[in-house]
Amino acid sequence: MKVIEVENLTKRFGSFTAVDNISFSVEKGEIFGFLGANGAGKTTAMRMLCGLLVPTSGKGVVAGYDIQHQSEKVKASIGYMSQKFALYEDLKVWENIRLYAGIYGVPEKETKERTDMLLAELGFEKEKESLVKSLPLGWRQKLAFSVSIFHNPEIVFLDEPTGGVDPVTRRQFWEMIYKASERGITVFVTTHYMDEAEYCNRVSIMVDGRIDALDSPSALRREFAAASMDEVFRHLARKSKNNGL
Amino acid sequence: MTHSTPHKISDTPAISCRNISKSYGKVNALHDITFDVQQGEIFGVIGPDGAGKSTLFRILTTLLLPDTGDATVEGFDVVKEYKKIRKIVGYMPGKFSLYQDLTVEENLRIFATLFNTTIEENYHLVKDIYSQIEPFKTRRAGALSGGMKQKLALSCALIHKPSILFLDEPTTGIDPVSRKELWEMLRKLKSQGITIIVSTPYMDEASLCDRIALIQNGSFLRIDTPDNIVKSFGNRLISVRGENMGELLKRLREIPGVISCFAFGDSHHVAAEKSSNQLNSLTADTLAENLKKQGYTNLEVKNIEPGIEDCFMELTAK
Repeated sequence: MKVIEVENLTKRFGSFTAVDNISFSVEKGEIFGFLGANGAGKTTAMRMLCGLLVPTSGKGVVAGYDIQHQSEKVKASIGYMSQKFALYEDLKVWENIRLYAGIYGVPEKETKERTDMLLAELGFEKEKESLVKSLPLGWRQKLAFSVSIFHNPEIVFLDEPTGGVDPVTRRQFWEMIYKASERGITVFVTTHYMDEAEYCNRVSIMVDGRIDALDSPSALRREFAAASMDEVFRHLARKSKNNGL
Repeated sequence: MTHSTPHKISDTPAISCRNISKSYGKVNALHDITFDVQQGEIFGVIGPDGAGKSTLFRILTTLLLPDTGDATVEGFDVVKEYKKIRKIVGYMPGKFSLYQDLTVEENLRIFATLFNTTIEENYHLVKDIYSQIEPFKTRRAGALSGGMKQKLALSCALIHKPSILFLDEPTTGIDPVSRKELWEMLRKLKSQGITIIVSTPYMDEASLCDRIALIQNGSFLRIDTPDNIVKSFGNRLISVRGENMGELLKRLREIPGVISCFAFGDSHHVAAEKSSNQLNSLTADTLAENLKKQGYTNLEVKNIEPGIEDCFMELTAK
């Protein structure tokens, strides 16, 4: 079953084409890596898929809803977290969970029951009453991910979720991604760590607004006769005309 | 105008830091940091966000007072002689801090003027970097992409011909291609005699430094050349690649003798104890045999050399 289907999706800002006629689909439960250089168009594409930005042309269906005409339904069916914005630092751990659960319409009784379960699973029982800003970054990011899937969304969008996180926590974070995917949640993730590209079922690489490659990491390595995803990425990104504009 | 190289004595360390500590309220941001950076070195401070990298850089660039300890930059005391230090260091903060409403060229000119020089006088220093963004010199700095902002910030930090460059996470959030370009620029600056101290959360950038300090929770775990740090890895490291990697990870962790096992790109890295006792010792061969007995086929199991990330994980596990 496809949970994301995109056809000829395009976004122009004035004379600049940020996303240039991209087409792809993502299967339910898949971990889909969305890679590209800075300025390649990843954020613009992701914002359209989340129903936050109206496409110039083309079509996108996310969790069964049209991204242009049913954007509110899209928003209710997805989860989102990024490195820059995840939780409210001046709220306590449990307050953040309650806030997000409330926004996504999880019944209060269920939230209460599942909050303790979630904190136990993360090993954060003692931090329930702590302000989020007092937690180490890695903990915050793990908590933010759990909160972003608390309402059991069809898809979770993760925008550079592990930037700056220490090596052990970064890997624990990916093990959480695997678990979510086993539960049937589709994971759409961007990263600048090329080792993380290997953990995805399939990876797309954007160059100048287009998707220049899309396949499993092992197939991409074979296709470009590369030893690692890092090499594949560099090979493709070097073709860019914008060169970091 | 002052003379171009102020007070440079080659055997004075570029940076000397003794027992520096700094707390913010209850948070111990830096704890007893001691190290030297030699003239002309590229010194990397490597660790995750929140480890204390920016606090250290702010103390050394005289923007923050340490609670205890002493530090000098080019022989000048960071507390008593802060004015002298400010003239000779270039500092690129982790957060983009140029004037967003001014153009590319206006930003560069302001920094040159503040330090009593001109773009023309030191153009040779920034030429390699600045020429890449010069076609857009009339664009507002706020309208630049991430990669271009970094190039402008680096140009502004260099235009007064500093003898030491402090770069706080210049590659964070930057794609792998732009990261590589930035490091090539740093090698060129080094060849011009500029000392560079650079922080990064990316462990793979360690090998591009002459020496590195690994930092976690406000303390240095180790200071050495990347090679020596790799050599001091205490365990045996085995790489395992096969099908169904998620399942394999769990299985590997259950095998006796496995100290830790983590995913590393397309393979898993298994740290195993180097034991003199043959029976207990886990090697690539015995591990492969064990997995084969459990029904795994199509496996690639081999001994490998650790990378800095393996070392960092070993050091933080203690």
